[in-house]
Amino acid sequence: MSTLAATGIKIDQIRAQFPVLHQLVNGKPLIYLDNAATNQKPKRVIEALARYYEKDNANIHRGIHTLAERATKAYEETRHVMQRFIHAKHVEEIIFTRGVTESINLVAATYGRKFLNAGDEVILSGLEHHSNIVPWQMICEEKGAHLKVIPVTEVGEIDLKAYRTLLSSKTRIVAVNHASNSLGTINPIKEIIDLAHQRQAVVLIDGAQASAHLPIDVQELDCDFYCISSHKMYGPTGTGILYGKKELLEEMPPYMGGGEMIKEVTFAKTTYNELPYKFEAGTPNIADVIALKEAVSFIEELGKEQIAAYELELLKYAAQRLSAIKGVRLVGTAPEKVSVQSFIVDGIHPFDIGQMLDARGIAVRTGHHCTQPLMDRFGIEGTVRASFSVYNTKAEIDSLAEGVERTINFMR
Amino acid sequence: MKPVDQIQNEIISEFAVLDGDMEMTVFYIMELGQKLPVMNEVDKTDDNIVKGCQSKVWLTARLENGNVYFEADSNTAITKGLVSLLIRIFNHQTPEAILNADLYFMNKIGMERFIGTQRSNGFAAMIKQMKLYALAFKTKKELAGE
Repeated sequence: MSTLAATGIKIDQIRAQFPVLHQLVNGKPLIYLDNAATNQKPKRVIEALARYYEKDNANIHRGIHTLAERATKAYEETRHVMQRFIHAKHVEEIIFTRGVTESINLVAATYGRKFLNAGDEVILSGLEHHSNIVPWQMICEEKGAHLKVIPVTEVGEIDLKAYRTLLSSKTRIVAVNHASNSLGTINPIKEIIDLAHQRQAVVLIDGAQASAHLPIDVQELDCDFYCISSHKMYGPTGTGILYGKKELLEEMPPYMGGGEMIKEVTFAKTTYNELPYKFEAGTPNIADVIALKEAVSFIEELGKEQIAAYELELLKYAAQRLSAIKGVRLVGTAPEKVSVQSFIVDGIHPFDIGQMLDARGIAVRTGHHCTQPLMDRFGIEGTVRASFSVYNTKAEIDSLAEGVERTINFMR
Repeated sequence: MKPVDQIQNEIISEFAVLDGDMEMTVFYIMELGQKLPVMNEVDKTDDNIVKGCQSKVWLTARLENGNVYFEADSNTAITKGLVSLLIRIFNHQTPEAILNADLYFMNKIGMERFIGTQRSNGFAAMIKQMKLYALAFKTKKELAGE
């Protein structure tokens, strides 16, 4: 039985904490390998959600009654937990959003709108998710700024040499992911950030695929913005954070207007609240934010490094099993990767593989994974993507490989 | 030509043999797709793509001696199998028979359970497109008759 290396914790013990894993799908035990889309939630997260609604539900911050106090305290505790989780200097640098997509849109619509001018440039990479492309396209169009794209190499890495040549005095913003959702490539973000700073550009990191797998220290990285989605790190859907350097957040105009983000309102003029509330208009996603704290505890108790080491073992095993199948081609073979393996099969559409695997109770993702430009780069329509979390096993990867082989044999 | 409902009932009994086994069902549908006559490459144009399908589905139709004949292809095997079921039901039928057809075989074989909501919507789009062709042929016939 597999264990989490140094901790000695058995994977079965971890699996026992995830109720959703223990079910039959199409008459077969569920094998959940779609973790890069969203991973499953441990019982403690689910219980925290239920507990909040059963015991503490109240609107936060302005109430003076006991429940409001409890809810506010729990909500703000998560902010401190997230500050620690990414090593932010100040707690007010943690803004709760709906997730990475909203975080990026917020920065594009506020920082972008205020500081981008006609002729300025925003640099992205060819590895980006649509949510780290479209908000920049929208603001660039509005301001007459231009998008520049760092090309991707054959193994699926950012071409750093090309990046250096793209950087110029016109560069205002660089936005790249920490790890690629389609290929799993871990990007050298420290180097990317340092190079951008030499040109006085600010850097936003899309951390959607990194938060559950990679150490994040925003001060050491010196990144200007870092975005996280809760649901990709064992937490509830519909919440996440935007980290921003305090001095930048203070200069940015508010994103949405409404309750909570104001200091004083008259019909003549409104003054805005302080950080982080300036960016948290309206009643936030209180329950999910509170439960996110439990997801962080889950990760920290197992140890992110231990989790990553085990997932890497799964990744290597999957790459080895899949590449041994005749007709299978791995897409994304960078040496530094999180536990995501994309592949295609000669002559068989990814949808058909996905459908066949689903019939065997195996959940994978098929298609372009919201990275159409990246698929175009490789001249493919899409891939089959298997992505692994700490509760997956080598036996599940064996089932995946068998399912793929069986489909190929049938279709030939 | 067999009436629409007779063909539907045949399909229902064929699927009943699979006894709800998902893997066998998917294999069976793909197999049906493999048997679909090959569509001419020149017909695989953007104009012939059925809108509303997740996969690419090309569909053409022609009227011969008062009956409608469809040809189709798809970039995915499963979708090709699904469209082949419709072709089996609708080919050789009159435009009127196609327009009046009440398709119930999908519910009986539990199609939504194995193709999911998105594909079910795509399947509905295929049926709609086939009925639109039938309507066009019927209208054309009526105009020519006047």
